[in-house]
Amino acid sequence: MSYNFNFSVIWRQFDVILEALALGLVLAAISLVVGTLIGLVCGYAFRTNSRVLKGLVWTYVEFIRNVPLLLLIFFCYFGLPAIGIRVFDKYESFVITLSVYAGAYLTEVFRAGLTSVPERYVEAARAIGLKPWQTQLYVVLPLTFRIVLPSLSNNFISLFKDTSLAAAIAIPELTFTARQINANTFRVMEAWLTASLLYLAVCYLIAIVLRRVEKRYSVIK
Amino acid sequence: MERTFLGEFLKARERLFEGFLTTIEISSLVIVIGLAAGVIGGLLLVYGPKPVRFLMRVYVDVLRGIPILVLILFSYYGLALIGLNISAFTAGVVALAGFCSAHMSETFRGAIDSIPAGQTEAAKAIGLTFRQRFVYVLLPQAARRIVPPAINTAVEMVKGTTLLSVIGVLEILLATQQAIARNYMVIEFYATAMAFYFVLNFSLSRVGAYFERRFGFIKY
Repeated sequence: MSYNFNFSVIWRQFDVILEALALGLVLAAISLVVGTLIGLVCGYAFRTNSRVLKGLVWTYVEFIRNVPLLLLIFFCYFGLPAIGIRVFDKYESFVITLSVYAGAYLTEVFRAGLTSVPERYVEAARAIGLKPWQTQLYVVLPLTFRIVLPSLSNNFISLFKDTSLAAAIAIPELTFTARQINANTFRVMEAWLTASLLYLAVCYLIAIVLRRVEKRYSVIK
Repeated sequence: MERTFLGEFLKARERLFEGFLTTIEISSLVIVIGLAAGVIGGLLLVYGPKPVRFLMRVYVDVLRGIPILVLILFSYYGLALIGLNISAFTAGVVALAGFCSAHMSETFRGAIDSIPAGQTEAAKAIGLTFRQRFVYVLLPQAARRIVPPAINTAVEMVKGTTLLSVIGVLEILLATQQAIARNYMVIEFYATAMAFYFVLNFSLSRVGAYFERRFGFIKY
């Protein structure tokens, strides 16, 4: 059998495709930021002595990490309105889900990151008379971010790949767009090759850029 | 008559059970194929001739850089196009197993690479052949290190089976959605599905954590 490639369908809609790609990146970026906040808060909660707090965070992390993302997306998008929470459109609903999902993974990251800040920095900060909140804000947090930067960039790439699941609730990102081109024009190979290559290229681009940033800010031991 | 969750659950039980079996079937197929292919792939990544190593590297990096959903849709629509008349089930398993094998290959490569060169050198010095070096020296050490990350990948794969609902494979998520379409008990049925996945994956994770502790003494 033979298949004649015809990429003209793709070129004609390339602006739509690029927009879809950008949408995925934006969704991933927002989720990363919100997830980082959740991760930080939960990371700090883990350092307290409160057993209840630790138990809650642990439950959150273990629950989210062991349940499929698609199920969480559907639960948030179809389930919450059913119990009367009707304030979210599909974008908000997706970003909330992805943020909560990212938060669970980032909690682990920040828990490890906060622990790995050497004690001597905290002692030095106290010695020069910084208040506890100043120590955290000016000493511990900047160091933590430098330490967890590689994990953050890996998480960003995973999150970008996870935005493909937004197609399941009809958010017009790259996978959804590819599926539409596939359905409307039957240019099956072209649609999926384009989508795959774009995902691949963007993931690598992000990786290359972030590796450079990591090098710039890595903690010298 | 009032609708109760229990009543609706009993009505849907056969489909849900079917979905449950399919999820288990896909997961085990994918994990077994992925693990077997991953061991071979990892070996090729480390010991293969240069061109083979290069091709494996491309395979691993390409598959890991594409979202699973795109792989599944590509395989579902694409394989049919090149004349392979296969079911959604097979297309999904092919995509997931491809993804799984790429991850397992990388894990296994990492495990082999992390064994100090001294081990191989010592094995060579006492005159072991390549096969003996691998079976008696490298594999036992690599196997211990591959268990925790491999179980992580396995959990990801169980989670990944839900994506097959998108191409119409009747696994738990699709069975749940069908039940919900009949009775509108959205929260109850999604929560049931979540509970199922949680129990399955959490047990898997615990096994992984056990092995991580068990082999935690190995430090080079």
